[in-house]
Amino acid sequence: MTTVNGPDCYIVDMSNLNADPTTARPAGAPAIVVRGLGKHFADKVAVNGIDLDVPAGSFYGLVGPNGAGKTTTLSMATGLLRPDAGSVWVHGVDVWREPLKAKTMLGVLADGVRLFDRLTGRQLVTYSGRLRGMDPETVAERTEDLLRVLDLEDAGSKLVVDYSAGMTKKIALATALIHSPRVLVLDEPFEAVDPVSAANIRSILTDYVGRGGTVIVSSHVMDLVQRMCTHVAVIAAGNVMAAGTVDEVRGSESLEDRFVDLVGGRSDGGGLQWLRS
Amino acid sequence: MVAQLIRLKARLLANSFRRSPWQLVGVILGAAYGLFLAVMLIIGMVGLGSQEPELVRTVLVCAVSAVVLGWAIVPVLFSGADATLDPARFSTFPVPRRELTAGLLLTGFIGTPGAVTLVLFVAAAAAWRQSGPAALTAVVAGALGALFCLALARLTTTAALALTSKRRFREVATVLVFIPLVALGPILGGLQAGISAVFDVLPHVADVLAWTPLGVFAALPGDVLAGEWATGGARLLLALAYLAVVVWAWSVLLMRSLQNPVQASGGSKGSLGLGMLAWFPATPWGAIAGRSLTYWFKDPRYAAGIVVVPLLPFILWYASSQTPTPYMVYAAAPLMAVMMGFSISADISYDSTAFSLHVTTAVRGVHDRAGRALACGVLALPLVMAAAIVPPLVIGRPGDVVALAGLTVGALLSALGVASVASARWTYAVVQPGENPFKSPPGAGARAALTQLATMGVAFLLLIPEIALVITYFVTDRALFAWLALAVGLAAGSVLLTVGIRVGGRWIDTRMPELMQAVTLNK
Repeated sequence: MTTVNGPDCYIVDMSNLNADPTTARPAGAPAIVVRGLGKHFADKVAVNGIDLDVPAGSFYGLVGPNGAGKTTTLSMATGLLRPDAGSVWVHGVDVWREPLKAKTMLGVLADGVRLFDRLTGRQLVTYSGRLRGMDPETVAERTEDLLRVLDLEDAGSKLVVDYSAGMTKKIALATALIHSPRVLVLDEPFEAVDPVSAANIRSILTDYVGRGGTVIVSSHVMDLVQRMCTHVAVIAAGNVMAAGTVDEVRGSESLEDRFVDLVGGRSDGGGLQWLRS
Repeated sequence: MVAQLIRLKARLLANSFRRSPWQLVGVILGAAYGLFLAVMLIIGMVGLGSQEPELVRTVLVCAVSAVVLGWAIVPVLFSGADATLDPARFSTFPVPRRELTAGLLLTGFIGTPGAVTLVLFVAAAAAWRQSGPAALTAVVAGALGALFCLALARLTTTAALALTSKRRFREVATVLVFIPLVALGPILGGLQAGISAVFDVLPHVADVLAWTPLGVFAALPGDVLAGEWATGGARLLLALAYLAVVVWAWSVLLMRSLQNPVQASGGSKGSLGLGMLAWFPATPWGAIAGRSLTYWFKDPRYAAGIVVVPLLPFILWYASSQTPTPYMVYAAAPLMAVMMGFSISADISYDSTAFSLHVTTAVRGVHDRAGRALACGVLALPLVMAAAIVPPLVIGRPGDVVALAGLTVGALLSALGVASVASARWTYAVVQPGENPFKSPPGAGARAALTQLATMGVAFLLLIPEIALVITYFVTDRALFAWLALAVGLAAGSVLLTVGIRVGGRWIDTRMPELMQAVTLNK
C-alpha cells in the first residue's frame, strides 16, 4: 500500500491492490453488464427489463426522478434484491450465479439502509473489512487511512448512532471502500454531505477511476453528474430513456434540460398562488 | 379531530396488514384469543349474576382491580405501549391539547386489548342483572373503568418513556424494571400460603380496593343495588376524580414531551479502540461474534428480550421455599439456558436493514450463524453454569451439580442450534433499532409467541434424552446417570449446535436476498 503525500494526493491508493495484469484491459470493456433486468412489487413494475453497459474505467451516473427504479436497479445489481428476470455480470461474473465471487469485486453504498450504529466508526469500518475475511493488519491500516481521508479521525471513536447524516454517509462509504473493490456502486453518495466532504469524496472517486476503477453513482443533482461523470443513463418509470457518454446524452443542451425533456413533468405557472407571506 | 385520530389509527392498522400479511395473522390470532377469553368470562359473569350480591361485588372488585393493575404495569414491563400512534409524531402539528389527549386516549379502543377490556367491563352488567338500576350503573361505570385503564396505561408508559429516552439512562432503567419482578416471588408465596385463608380475607380486601383507583369503578353498581346512595355518590365523585387526575397527569406529560421532543441519542461514550471486536479472532465469524456481543451490551432491545432470565433463580428459589422439596429451583438453570440460547432467533430481525452489510460483503451463512451463537454462548455460559452449580451447593447436595450441569449445557447448546436454524428462515416485526425497547409493533406479539412456542417446543423435544437421564438419576440416586447426563448433554448439544449452524448457514446462503427483503418490510 502506498500513500502519497502532497497537496492533491491525500488519496489512499486502492485500485492496484487487487491488481491483476488485465487491469490494462481495452478501454470500454464492460465492468457491469445488465440484460433484461426486471422487478415488480405487487402489481407495480419497478424496473421494466432494462439493459445497461457500464464500461470499465468509467464514472457512470444513473439519474432519474424519485421512484424511477434507480435504487431497485442498483440493489439487484449488487445482490441485495433478487430480480424477477434478467442477469447482471460484474467483470464477466454473474452476480446471481456466483454471488460470492461477484461481491468480492463490488463495493456497495446502499441508500436507505441502517448501519450497525452501536459500533464506533472505527469498529464499523473494521467490522466490514473483517467480514470480507481480510487480514487484520491491512484492515487496521486502511481503516485509519479511510478515517483520515474522510475527515472522520476524531469521530472514529464515537458511536455511529450519534453521527450526523453526512458523517453517516461517509462512514458507510468507508465500509464500501475498505476491500479496494474493482467496481463501486454508490446509491446517492452525496445526499446530506457537506460541500467540503463532497469535494473530498469526488476527488477520491475521480482518482479511483483514473487508476482503472469503475464507479456507478445514482444522483438527483444533474449539474454534479454533468461535471463528474463520463457516462450517464437516464431512467424513468423503470425504463432506460437514454444512455451513453454524457456528451452523447445531453447533445447541445445542459444535462438538466435534456433530463427534463426526456422525463417530462415540468410545470410552470399555475403553482401555489397563495404561498406568499 | 378526535374522530380523525380514531380513523387514522384504524387506517394505520389496516395499512400495516397490507405491508405484511403476517401482522394480520398476528392480529387475528390475538383477536381470536381475546374473543375466546371475553366469551368465557362473560359466561362466567352471567353465572355470577345468580349469586349473592356480596359475592358478586367481592369477585368483580378484585377481578377488575387486577385488570386495572395489569394495564398499569404490563405495558411498561412486557408488551410495551402501542406504537401505532406515537405521540411524538404529532409534535409538528398544532393540535389542541384537549383534543389530542382525548383522541389518543380513545384510539386505545381500536385494538384487541382495549376493545376486550371495554366489552368485559361493560358486560359486568350481566352479573348485576337482578336490579335494573345496578345493571345500568355497571354499564356506565364499566365504560369509565375501561377508559381509566387506557389512561393509566398511557400515563405509566409515557412516564417510563420520559425516563428512558436518554440512552444511558435507558440502559440503567432496563435493569431497574427487574425490581418489581422480584416482588413477584413473595406474591406467589403469599398465594400458596393458604387458599382458604385468602378466601376469608377477600371481602375485606375488596372493601379496601373499592376506594382505591383499582376497584372504585367496579364497586359502584353494588352501592346502587344496596341503596347506599351517600356511599355511592361519594364513590362516584372519587372515581371521576381519579379518572380526571390520571388523564390530566398524562396530558401534562404528553404536552411536555411534545414541546421538548427528546432526541433518542446523545451523551453516549464511544470507545477508542476496537472494543469487543478485539476479543475475537479477526475472521468473519470472529467479527460477527464481537459485533453481536457489543450489541448484547449496548442495545437495550437485547436486554429487554431476556429481562426475566436473571430473575428466574430467585423466583423459583422463592417458590420452592414454599414447598417441601427444594428441587424446583433446579429448573432455573435449564430454563435460563433455553431462554438465552433461544433469544438469538430474533437476531436478524434486530439487525433490521443493517443486515445489508452482511449481504454485500458476501458473508458465508455458517460464519454468520457461528458468530452470533458464539456471542450469545460466551455471555450465557457463565450465567447458566452459575445457576446450575450454586443451588445444589446451597441446598447441600453437591452431587447434583454434575447432572444439572449436563442438562443445562445440553439445553444451551440445543437452544442455540434450534435458534440458528429458526432465525435463518423466519424474521418477525420487532422494535426498530434505537426505539423504546418496551414498545411493540402491532400484531408482533402473537406471531413472535407462536414462532417462539414452536421452536421452544422443538428444543424441549431435542432435550428428552438429557431430561430422562436426569430424572433417572434423581429416582435411582446413582452417580453414573449424572455423569451420563453430562456426557450426553455435551455430546448431543454439540452435535445439535453444529447441525443447526450448518443447516441455518445453508439456508442463509440461498435466501440472503429474501431475508434482506423481509427485514426491509418489517421496517
